[in-house]
Order: sequence, then C-alpha cells, then structure tokens
Amino acid sequence: MSHADWEGQAKFTIDGREVVGYKGETILEVARREGFDIPTLCYHEALEPYAACRLCLVEVTTGRRTKLVTSCIYEVAPDIEVKTSTERVIRNRKAVLELLLARAPDASLIQKLAREYGIEKSRYPLVLNDKCILCGLCVRACHEIIGASAIGFIDRGTERHVGPPIERLSERCIGCGTCVYICPTAAITLKDVSKPMPGVHKHPYDYEAPDCSICGEMNLESESKVGEK
Amino acid sequence: MIKSLADLEKVASEGERRIHPPHLKVMVGAATCGIASGAKDVIHAVEETLKQFGNGAASARTGCIGMCYEEPLMDILKPGWPRITYSHVKPEQVAEILSAVKEGKVVKEGLLGKIEEIEDYTRNTRYRYPLENVPPEIAAVENLFGLEFTAKQQHIAMRNCGIIDPESIEEYIARGGYRGLYRVLTEMKPDEVIDMVDASGLRGRGGGGFGTGRKWRYCKAAEGYRYVICNADEGDPGAYMDRSLLEGDPHSILEGMLIGAFAIGSQQGYVYVRAEYPLAVKRLEKAIDDARVHGLLGSDIFGTGFNFDLRIVKGGGAFVCGESTALMASIEGKPGEPRAKYVHTVEKGLWNQPTTLNNVETWANVPVIAVRGAEWFASIGNPESTGTKIFSLVGKVNRAGLVEVPMGITLREIIYDIGGGIPEGKKFKAVQTGGPSGGCIPANLLDLEVDFDRLWEAGSMMGSGGMIVMDSETCMVDVAKFFTEFLKDESCGKCVPCREGLSQTHEILKRITEGEGQESDLDLLEELGKAMQDSSLCALGGSAPNPVLSTLRFFRDEYLEHIKNKRCPAGVCTALINFEINENCTGCTLCVRNCPVDAITGERKQVHVIDQDACIKCGVCLDVCKFDAVTRNTRNTHSGGKSQ
Ligand SMILES: Cc1cc2nc3c(=O)[nH]c(=O)nc-3n(C[C@H](O)[C@H](O)[C@H](O)COP(=O)(O)O)c2cc1C
Ligand code: SF4
Ligand code: FES
Repeated sequence: MSHADWEGQAKFTIDGREVVGYKGETILEVARREGFDIPTLCYHEALEPYAACRLCLVEVTTGRRTKLVTSCIYEVAPDIEVKTSTERVIRNRKAVLELLLARAPDASLIQKLAREYGIEKSRYPLVLNDKCILCGLCVRACHEIIGASAIGFIDRGTERHVGPPIERLSERCIGCGTCVYICPTAAITLKDVSKPMPGVHKHPYDYEAPDCSICGEMNLESESKVGEK
Repeated sequence: MIKSLADLEKVASEGERRIHPPHLKVMVGAATCGIASGAKDVIHAVEETLKQFGNGAASARTGCIGMCYEEPLMDILKPGWPRITYSHVKPEQVAEILSAVKEGKVVKEGLLGKIEEIEDYTRNTRYRYPLENVPPEIAAVENLFGLEFTAKQQHIAMRNCGIIDPESIEEYIARGGYRGLYRVLTEMKPDEVIDMVDASGLRGRGGGGFGTGRKWRYCKAAEGYRYVICNADEGDPGAYMDRSLLEGDPHSILEGMLIGAFAIGSQQGYVYVRAEYPLAVKRLEKAIDDARVHGLLGSDIFGTGFNFDLRIVKGGGAFVCGESTALMASIEGKPGEPRAKYVHTVEKGLWNQPTTLNNVETWANVPVIAVRGAEWFASIGNPESTGTKIFSLVGKVNRAGLVEVPMGITLREIIYDIGGGIPEGKKFKAVQTGGPSGGCIPANLLDLEVDFDRLWEAGSMMGSGGMIVMDSETCMVDVAKFFTEFLKDESCGKCVPCREGLSQTHEILKRITEGEGQESDLDLLEELGKAMQDSSLCALGGSAPNPVLSTLRFFRDEYLEHIKNKRCPAGVCTALINFEINENCTGCTLCVRNCPVDAITGERKQVHVIDQDACIKCGVCLDVCKFDAVTRNTRNTHSGGKSQ
C-alpha cells in the first residue's frame, strides 16, 4: 500500500545511486532523466503506457520483498531500490527478445536489440514471420493523439493483429501517416495512390493514403524506414 | 417486505411447507447437467402424471446435487416416507413409479437410495423425515448420504443444491437463508464482520486462494465509492461448480454479497456471468427480483439503513475475462484485457474505485460463516486451507460429478472412494487439477492432501476446482499440448511472453508429438516456461507454463521416449503409432465396414490388411473388433509412411 501514503518527492535508488522522483512518475521516466539505460519497445512518452513488450523489466525491492516489474508503469515511491540489470532482469529481457526475434526475424530494430543482448539467432522455430510485434504504438497514437481510432487490435491470442475495425476499409483514416511514423519495426507502409477517395486500409499493414484534402498534395515516401534510421 | 426476524420466520414457515408439503411432491434435478441428460422430458411426464392424480400433488425443479453420473434424477417426497431418489429416469417410467408410490407401493428398478434426514449447515440442525408405514423395499434401500459417492462429502457451499427449488426465496429462507445477513446487520459492526471472515480462514475459491477477510480489509481501507463483484465467468473447460451454485442456490450468492458489501461499505454490486449460462442468468434474475420484492435488496434493508443493489453483467465468454482486471474492464465496456497497473483492484478497481471481487463459491460460503461463526468454519479442513471445496470430478473415473469435500482430503479418497476408481480396471496415471493452467499430478502423489498450498508445492494448483482423471491410455505430452493450445487461443495476446511463449511452446510440443523433437527441446521448454512465469503481464501467462512444466517434472521419460525412440508409450500420438491386423482376424469384415477412410481391405473369412498410407489412425477398427485382432503399436512399424 506504499503508493498512497506520501506526497511530493520520493528519494530512492537506481542501481545504488540516489535519485529523486515525483508522485505519479514511473521508474522509467526517472531512470531516463537520470541517464540510466532501460530498453523499451511499447513505450512512447506521448502515449499512455501499455506494458506489453516486457522489455523494460527491472527489479524493485520494497521492504523485504523483491519483485520483477515493468518500469514503464511502476510508479516510484520513497525508499524503493531499483536494479536495472540483475541476472534475473537480463535473463527475462533475453527471453523476450529471443521470442520477438522468432516472430519478426526481419525487423532490424529487433535484430539490433537482440544482438546487444548476445542473441544472434533465435532458437525457436519460425511460426509467423511478421514484422509487427504488436507493441500497440500505432493503435494508441491513432486513438490518443489523432483521435481517429481508425485501427485497433483484432482477435486474441496468437491470432491477434492490427487492422481497421471489422477488417473493412476504414472511413475514419485520415491518411495522416502517424502510425507509419511511430511503428518501430516499419511494419506499416503508406502508399501514395493519389486517388480522390478517403484513406482506405487495403491490408492490415498497408495503408493507402489520400490526396491531402487541404493542399491537394501528398508527399510521403512509399516505404517508411522509421524503425531503421 | 421483510423487516424483522419475525418476518423472516413467517416466510420460512411458508417455505418449509413448500419443501416438505403434507402431500406427494416430486422433484427433478433441473440444472444444466440434468437437462442435458433429459430432465425436461421427465419433468413433463411428472407434470402430466400428477395432473391426473389431482389433489394437491406438486412437482418442483431443484438444482444439481452433484450426482451427475446418475442423472436424470427424480426425488419423491411422500408424507410418512423418507425422501426417495430414482436415477437414470426415463419419461416412460414416470407414470408407473408415481402410481405405485400413490398406492403405497414401490418400483424397485432405478431406485437409487433414500434420504431420512437432511443436514442444515446454516442453522446447525437436521431435518428428519417423520416415518410411518415405510414399505420394506424402502427400508432396505441404501441411505443416499451413506453411498460411497456422498459419504466423504460435506455440502456447505452446495447446502441447498438439490434440496430446494432455486426459484423460491421462501425455500431458501426456510433453510436458514438471510439469517446471516440479519445477524450481521443487526448485531455486528463492519469491522467485526471482516474480523470474522478473516478468522474463519476463508480463502478465495476462484483460484488464487487469497484470504477473503484480508481482501475485504484492504478494500475497506481504501477511499472511494466501493463496489463488490461476483466472478461467475467460470471459463475453465469442464468445470461447472459455479454454474451449479448459481442454478441451484442463487440466493446464497446474493446473501454473501450483501454481507460483504456491508462489511466493506458498498452500495452497488455486480455479478459478472458468462453469457453461455442462460439458466444461471435466469435464476439469478429471479432471485434478484424476489429479494427486491422482499426488501432484501434496495434501501434500508432490515430497517437498518443499509442500502445495496445488484446488477447482472453478461460476459462474452473469453477465458481471460475471468482475470480480475480484464473482468472489470469488460464491465466498463472496454475490451476484456488485463490492465497494466501495479495498483491492486481493492484500491483502484472498477471505474478506478475500490473493488472487492470474489468467486461464486467464495460468496456462497459467507452466509453460513455469518450464522455459525468463524471458529466452526475454521474447524473444517486444514489449518491453512479451511472449509470445503467443490471439485468437478471428470475424466477416466467411474462416478463423475460435482463433489464438495473438506480441504485436506487426499486425492486417493476423491478419486477412489468418491469417484469409484478408474473404469474398466485400467491403471491410474495422473490427475490434472486447477483448470487449463493447472498441473498434472502422478500416481505416487495420490496421498497428497488437497489444499491450496499442497497443490502449489506439487506444481499444480487449486484453480477453480477442475479435476480431470487420466488413465494409462493418456499421453502426457499430448495432454500438455492440449492445454497449451487452449491457452494459446485464449490468451489475450497483449504481452510478448504469454503470446509468443505459448505459440512457441505449442509448436515445440507439436513437433515432439510428431517425433521431430530434439533432446534440447526439453531444456528450452523449461527455460521458456520459467521466463513466462516471471515476466508475463497477468496470471494467465504466469500460470500458462504449468501443464508443460508439471508434465516435464513428473513424466520426463515419456517426453524422452517420443524424442529418442520415436515412440508414444500411451499409443496416442498419431504420427508415432500405427494399427495392424494380426492372425486373430476371422475375416468378419466389421472393421472394413467401419473404417471411415476405407483403408482396410480383405475378403470375408480372410485376414484383413490395413493400408498404412491411407490409415488416419482413428482406432475405430480396434474399438469394433470382437476378436482382439487389431494391434496398436506404440511405435510406428510402417516405415515409408507419412510420418517419415
Ligand atoms: C486467466 C484467468 C482466469 C480466471 N478465471 C476465473 C473465473 O472464471 N472465475 C473466478 O472466480 N476467478 C477467476 N480467476 C481469478 C480471478 O482473477 C480472481 O482472483 C478471483 O475471482 C478472486 O476471487 P476469490 O478471491 O474469491 O477467488 C481467473 C484468473 C485468471 C488469471
Ligand atoms: S499474460 Fe497473456 S492474457 Fe495476460 S496480458 Fe499477457 S497476453 Fe494477455
Ligand atoms: S516498455 Fe514497458 S513493457 Fe514495453
């Protein structure tokens, strides 16, 4: 119940160093401000945290209990001890990355992160081969920032994927390209079809763009490489 | 309107007259399990027959008493006789049985047993049927509660199932109903109620086994508009104890929730029921309506100023919606996905307000504790796991059904004494407890005492109380694959370890069952399973590796047989086995005619042959052969076939 009983500032430690956080801040926010390196895939400072990739795991000790938590949603409190790279943290981050590499072997960001953790090749069989890692950044950006809610998650379990509601061409898409820009693995592409029609989703990850209704021009590259820059 | 104890007693005597009327009464078990085995036609036949009898004879529907293996069940109450029970009743027998009873005679066929007295746990009394002129056939028949199936059971949560008409609030009250609420509202302070539940040792029956009193205390300590919720999602395939309670005794759940609401200071509750339970929903709706009419829901209950009301929310039926945060998201109209927050729902739950969520069976225990007190409840079961637990005992067991037993009973007692052992004299191999993400417990642990902590230690869990018995013809790798596949489809798919981990676990298990596994797969499965336990977002992913990890722990050799010797010892994994016809064959052509893919050839009176390339290994030939002429090879002797 430690969350509720304090106001203002919290002094605590990250990897032994004393830091200060404010009520409502997450470990990740404080850690990044203080220059600690915690990898993330589903976190974006402009969006509600989602805690799905599980890469930002850290160990937190409160009182006598030590537990593994996702730092992107764990709110700071006085006197907690945070450790960002214990054996348990690294082991679980590696497990996540190896699973993601098996899902998206062609995504350069995943390859790079996996390599940083010493994984060249996943031991798991190739089941899907999908660049989309379901981090939900595009879905949240479209909903929270653009307000269009033109894409969402469809199905559950291993069938889960991103697409327009009921997988029909979405009238709600305004062709802004935010999803393309925010996607860390370049799984979404935008095509300039230069047709006078509203933005349509042809394929869950191929979004065709309309002419801009204001300036009449559409000037986007056909393959965004955001994640690979 | 019921405002006082005297009002309650008045309704109770009305109910008493309905439960034990001064005339002939016939009851048919009409929970979903009864209806599935044909109770509706029996009810119809009973009604038709009684119509002809005239003079006050009545029929009633009751819930499930747990003897699902004997259904349809018909109970007859005739003044002066004990209650007698007929099993496997067919509609065409009804008129004969009832006419005989009317004349004071007895049809012996189908007569299962009698009940001379019924325990009333709430009021700590026994109802004894007044006996006179009992025919010798009935005097001689066994006492139902002395039958092996029932002798070791103790129906506390199920106290009214099969005894009362679940749609009658009067009958519920006649069995001590709403006395607990009355006592709590008029004699106790909320904190005293919490202390009492805490001291009773009651732990959540929905799976986690969290202390119910403790949960209430945390919730009460949190500021806000508090809610109570009943988790009636029951997503485990094959489990139906919560459904039986809802269908057989809905008021016990309402009363439990009312008591909980008073304890934590809540005015609004929800029952989250899966939409696939239409009968449960209907009976709950009736119970809520009746409680409102009698002033037991609404404002100023028992004139104490306590207000509380309830709403039913129907769930879409996804397994993960039983998880507390997913369930609350679903009530709020959001997608039923677990939420990512480290604040507990007792502090910030439904609509971010403090929320107490308990399972159906947990709630059903509360009213009895309120009347009988904490000490009595704590005296049942084991010190750390008090009271009873309902299990749905299914699988390779002679008597399948719902059993409510004191905690601490051994697996052996449940499976052999109550369940009657394994059919056809086969060998017991394992019992799977805890639902899809539970674990498998092997024969050498049959004397394990069943409680929350012992099951955890054995790598399994209590879960909501599923218990699937497996015999020697069950392949444990196949079992692990089956549950993993279920979880893979039911995971919400949000977080990486659960979604990708289940997908990979399933893929690896699949290749092992197809004879393509490697020895290193076993370490990989264990490593992955541990990571899933450690890093998944919710308890679905956290417990999903249990089927694999527990079978690896107890049945590793069986995995290795699949991998090293390409052999499925139980003869289940189709890629690794084959069927052959041996010299016992008399050439009767029965298998030829039954093979669904016409893979068997052979003339009359000639030994038949299975075309190994066409055979789909369904085993029908083995099942139909009367001469033991079909052999199931646990290693595929046919080289060059598809499985190469
Ligand atoms: C995937 C998953 C499914 C669950 N399904 C159910 C369910 O069907 N019924 C239930 O009562 N609890 C279920 N639970 C447990 C609930 O989250 C919660 O712990 C329980 O309802 C609390 O009540 P209790 O303390 O009375 O057991 C489930 C948990 C998980 C992780
Ligand atoms: S553990 Fe599974 S069910 Fe739970 S949030 Fe993650 S993906 Fe969804
Ligand atoms: S960044 Fe925290 S879980 Fe993805």
